[in-house]
Amino acid sequence: MKTVTLTIDGRTIKAREGEKLLWVALENGIYIPNLCAIPGVKHPAAACRLCFVEIEGYPRPVTACTEPVVEGMVVSTRSPRVDRLVQTAFELLLSNHQQDCANCPRNRSCELQRIARERRIPLRVKRLRKLERELPVDDSSPALRYDPRKCVLCGKCVWVCREKGTGVLGFAGRGFGRRITTFGDVPLGQSGCNGCGECARICPVGALVEKKADI
Amino acid sequence: MSRDKVIKENFTKLQQKSRAAWESLRERPLILVGTATCGRAAGALEILKVIKEELAKSGLEASVLEVGCMGHCYAEPLVTVYKPGFPPICYGYVTEGIAARLVQDFLGGDDPCLEFALAALEANDMVPAFTDFPRGMIEKNIILDKCGLIDPENIEHYIALGGYAALAGALGRDPGQVLEEIKASGLRGRGGAGFPTGRKWETCRLAPGEEKYVICNADEGDPGAFMDRAILESNPHQVLEGLAIAAYTVGARQGYFYIRAEYPLAVARVKKAIEQARQAGLLGTNILGSGFDFDVDVFQGSGAFVCGEETALIASMEGEPGLPRHRPPFPATAGLRGKPTVINNVKTLSYVPHIVERGARWLRETGTDGSPGTAVFALAGKVINTGLAEVPMGTTLREVVYDVGSGIPGGKAFKAVQIGGPSGGCLPESALDMPIDFDSLSQAGAMMGSGGMVILDEDDCMVEIARFFLDFTQKESCGKCTMCRLGTRQMLDILEAITRGQGKPGDIELLLELAEDVKAGSLCGLGKTAPNPVLSTIRYFRDEYEAHIKERRCPALMCQSLIAYYILPEKCERSCDACVGSCPVEAIYTNEDRIKVIDQQKCVKCASCLEACPPQYKAVIKLSPPELVNEMGA
Repeated sequence: MKTVTLTIDGRTIKAREGEKLLWVALENGIYIPNLCAIPGVKHPAAACRLCFVEIEGYPRPVTACTEPVVEGMVVSTRSPRVDRLVQTAFELLLSNHQQDCANCPRNRSCELQRIARERRIPLRVKRLRKLERELPVDDSSPALRYDPRKCVLCGKCVWVCREKGTGVLGFAGRGFGRRITTFGDVPLGQSGCNGCGECARICPVGALVEKKADI
Repeated sequence: MSRDKVIKENFTKLQQKSRAAWESLRERPLILVGTATCGRAAGALEILKVIKEELAKSGLEASVLEVGCMGHCYAEPLVTVYKPGFPPICYGYVTEGIAARLVQDFLGGDDPCLEFALAALEANDMVPAFTDFPRGMIEKNIILDKCGLIDPENIEHYIALGGYAALAGALGRDPGQVLEEIKASGLRGRGGAGFPTGRKWETCRLAPGEEKYVICNADEGDPGAFMDRAILESNPHQVLEGLAIAAYTVGARQGYFYIRAEYPLAVARVKKAIEQARQAGLLGTNILGSGFDFDVDVFQGSGAFVCGEETALIASMEGEPGLPRHRPPFPATAGLRGKPTVINNVKTLSYVPHIVERGARWLRETGTDGSPGTAVFALAGKVINTGLAEVPMGTTLREVVYDVGSGIPGGKAFKAVQIGGPSGGCLPESALDMPIDFDSLSQAGAMMGSGGMVILDEDDCMVEIARFFLDFTQKESCGKCTMCRLGTRQMLDILEAITRGQGKPGDIELLLELAEDVKAGSLCGLGKTAPNPVLSTIRYFRDEYEAHIKERRCPALMCQSLIAYYILPEKCERSCDACVGSCPVEAIYTNEDRIKVIDQQKCVKCASCLEACPPQYKAVIKLSPPELVNEMGA
């Protein structure tokens, strides 16, 4: 396979041609915020809008998860424009995320906390209104607990459930009403879920957690 | 015989047969009734029935044809009569009585009933023609040319008037030559973004792969827009011919019409057109003996606005949820089922036969350098002549609103024109003299969009208009990407607060910040353009936003929470009880001076009293901010 040489934040990096920029950066220890990206997936969802970067010659910031690396590419992961977009997308997600870090099983292992730390963005959003979702917590499964109010709709659980689980998870609704649910919109305990727990392991936040971790 | 000659010979046979059928129609009087959706809504089917009954009763010989929409939707139902010895005359606002008289007096006698005539179709000495009016001088019909004049369900009419000659001509040429013609014409996509059609076709043509597709995007969904519906209902063969030429050019053998299921008449007429074209040998295998195979199917969209976005459209055709995905790859290289796919709007494809037939230079004679050809607008809102109009690119907004649309009804003042639907923007009076084309509109903060044009007058609140369109996009957002799902929702919440009088200082700035980030950061075209109505109204009508926030006042007296109804004592005609009777909540009482007073606690602001108060008194008025009532009342 052909390799290419590119520059990210001044560092010269060799990578497989065509590999998506996000993975090249992450593999080389350069952090770019992301929630929905899944390694090896052919069509990235590009849904979370957090992995913006500047590429020389491009008129505006682009998402790193969709951009294949090419020879001589010059990338910067930070710029005033990038920071502004990332901050807005992040704050939008937080405005719609039920925040209860102290009591959340994912406290300290939450991707939202990591992004806040890496980019120095406060977890408490001042400029936006809180957009609460009045959805019930699904406690029906013996293995899992699903709190849709914490979900950031990255879609990783849907993907992993199809790859490794029983494929009962999917998206429903549209616009602000979009949410993750089971086939037929029944509680997890009554769905075909076998409790394998893959979804909880891939969930970047505390929306899907394994019950044993809960205790 | 050479391939060229075979095509020509086959087509000539078809043309001769069609012309004979068309000419035989004209041997006796001919009545056209516009039965597109706009006509039907106004009662055209009843008119059609009356005409047929009257003809049967009187024993008069005449042909009756159902035709599409001529664009004069404000005057529906429309009936056009061709009678030898008379110019073809179009009648508007036809009632059952007028329809009966047209048969009895015009066909039966020789009275053309000119009191009901809208205009003649051709210049003559008897009746003013459409071209004698200011509107007729501005309009230039290219793609609406045959709409309303032919039976859309009869392929022979289309062929007799020159249809499918462009396809026959194209099949006799090298696809590369056809592509060069389209590229040279500078045709830009009429779906909204204005991408050069030739470049799209070239990308698809050069993309590797045997299997390619062409799709006609007829998922028209902008509020107030109905151009694509009218064209599909009035002249479906023109679009089909354009699609076939596109297929030949890029090397596709299968095409699709993606039509929203809410357009049942368009679906039916397109299906019929496809069937007829197959029977005539203009679709299917070895078209006109050229060796080119091409067939078309109809796919019905299920009503999601976002499916007009090409990657979402493809996803929905593939049986997936209609969600957009990241571009590139563009559909022209990897589209339907991963194959190179050209997706063009109904109007874009409608130009194609004309360009192939008359040449690139001919198209460039009309319009501006950057946007050759015409623009089709659907006029709606506060304008006298609602309907469709096709005008050269570069026509000013003033000409469209005042000459084509005949201005604002009720002597009200023009305030703004909303162009391009939820992706477009609101342009103020100062933009009226701007020549409209793709580039000037986007510079002004609006967008050509698909051609919806909603005219707003002094009674329309611009914050409310922005809220209306954002409410639409917010509901139609697929919810996949953060910026659009939550950004438009945050913006909508702010706008709702402002229209309720709960706006805060800094809200305008926050709206602008969010608008720019949603524009720059959204995944697809829906999100990238959704903030436009907000940005353009703030740009041109910031004072209205400020009045709402700082003074709790709605200058247009439209926002319910910011107005109160009040009865002027000096104007109230004490003995009249019209307002009292109209009030659904018994909020109006008579005081000791026998003057009517509104109990503001009970009032639900339904405006019934305002409408009920006789026009000679006009005693009921609206006040904003509502607290003004206290100052007045004392």
